[in-house]
Amino acid sequence: MPEGATSSAFTPKGLRTNQGADETVRQLLRSLLERGDVEAVLALGRTGTGEEGVAYSLFADPDAFAPDGDARPLLPFMPANGGGLLSRLTLGGALVRPVAAVIRPCELRAFIELMKLNQGSLDNVFLISFTCGGVYPLETAVDGGLDEGMRGYWQGMEQGELDAAVRPTCRACQSFIPERADITVALFGEEHLDRQCTLYLNTERGAAFAQGLEGTAVTGGAEHAAIERSRGERDAFREELFAGVDGGMRGLIQTFGRCIGCHACKTVCPICYCQLCHFDSPDCEREPGYYEAELRRKGGLRVPPDTVFFQLGRMSHIALSCVGCGMCTDVCPADIPVSTIFSKVAASAQATFDYKPGRDLEEEIPLRTFREEEFAQVAT
Amino acid sequence: MADQTFSPTIVGFLCNWCTYAAADSAGVARMKMPPSVMVVRVMCSGRVDPLFVLTAFLRGADGVLISGCWPGQCHYKTGNLQARRRTALLTSIFDALELGMSERFRLSWVSSSEAPRFVRVVKAFDREITDLGPSPIQDELFL
Repeated sequence: MPEGATSSAFTPKGLRTNQGADETVRQLLRSLLERGDVEAVLALGRTGTGEEGVAYSLFADPDAFAPDGDARPLLPFMPANGGGLLSRLTLGGALVRPVAAVIRPCELRAFIELMKLNQGSLDNVFLISFTCGGVYPLETAVDGGLDEGMRGYWQGMEQGELDAAVRPTCRACQSFIPERADITVALFGEEHLDRQCTLYLNTERGAAFAQGLEGTAVTGGAEHAAIERSRGERDAFREELFAGVDGGMRGLIQTFGRCIGCHACKTVCPICYCQLCHFDSPDCEREPGYYEAELRRKGGLRVPPDTVFFQLGRMSHIALSCVGCGMCTDVCPADIPVSTIFSKVAASAQATFDYKPGRDLEEEIPLRTFREEEFAQVAT
Repeated sequence: MADQTFSPTIVGFLCNWCTYAAADSAGVARMKMPPSVMVVRVMCSGRVDPLFVLTAFLRGADGVLISGCWPGQCHYKTGNLQARRRTALLTSIFDALELGMSERFRLSWVSSSEAPRFVRVVKAFDREITDLGPSPIQDELFL
């Protein structure tokens, strides 16, 4: 059991600071590093002044979180799924010294899913997350994109309105409130983010780490009317998005017709954790006899073959754990709305098993368990 | 009405310990059944990777049958229960994408002593697939 992650005796607390959200988070992370509570902080950073670029980095120097430092913990971009990164950091063994990570709810859920798949360790990982207003497609992080439109983004955050330019999957996201963070920073639909900030300290460790922050105690949780309203809007957008997916094998062929087979979607997918993907393995190399048989049978075939097989196969592998982060769509060089299709399939699969990925560490991934009496209608 | 000359191709993944034996008995007893099932013997219905099912469909199978031991009778205790979960998963994927594959996909329990039941399962499934007609993805070039 990760230290401090679950403590039945602990009552979650709320804390409101008199500083803007960005300053509050920076100050929190800075003090964690200064006090030596954590060895480093995993957060987004600008990859250089004057140069565009945003990447996750481990910061050990408190100055990175100074107002003019390199770290940009709340920048609305996702250059990689942070959950996948944390898994890679801890795959060889638990961290020896604590590391704090500032990640979005979907990244956190991916991390929890990966923990269920034994892909790393939660020990010594201190999780800070926030109520999320989505991220912009990475391709907009050029030509001043890191600054441009940020005013509008944060105004929208205060009003509980999503910017139409964020990833479609964000506009359709129903899980934008983190479920398992040590500290939840309330951002979405919160007033005056430039001069106040509410933190929810969900664990004993979270409360201990926030000690250096001054503020007043608040009650209640991160949920409120603006969030409820946004959830409704996001639901409606989701319906719209799913309705746009072409059905049938024809539809699937059309959607993935321009797939170039680069497999970037699986490379950036946090849930696709295999070191060697089946679809990149020699198992998927076809022998000459295969081509001949297919030619004889149907008079032609797509080369290289197995585009639909790859997509359907990957769905069968990840549908139950897909957290809908949208990395796949973001990186697709052929502009295929991969994440929309996968989310639609994932919603169906997850509903079948009443499963929500990343909700609870103790909840088994459906294909790793079973019950004697269930799905009677599936078998005849 | 379906084409009466159409005889479907059904890929049947049969468990070595039950259905395969039942199918064998049915053959030895010369019970009449449609010749549509192409049998792939597996050691357990739990051995059937969802990718096997996808491969069968994408290479033109009109139907896919997985048949294993009744719950509680699995030779490896629980392989059939895992097969049942995988079947539920695949079906939900097929349905979400409206692929029309769920009705061409079946999981059945047939014990080794149930040769007549195996014949009934094959007859019924063959009839349903015949009525559905050839799989529409059979001739798709751009899979």
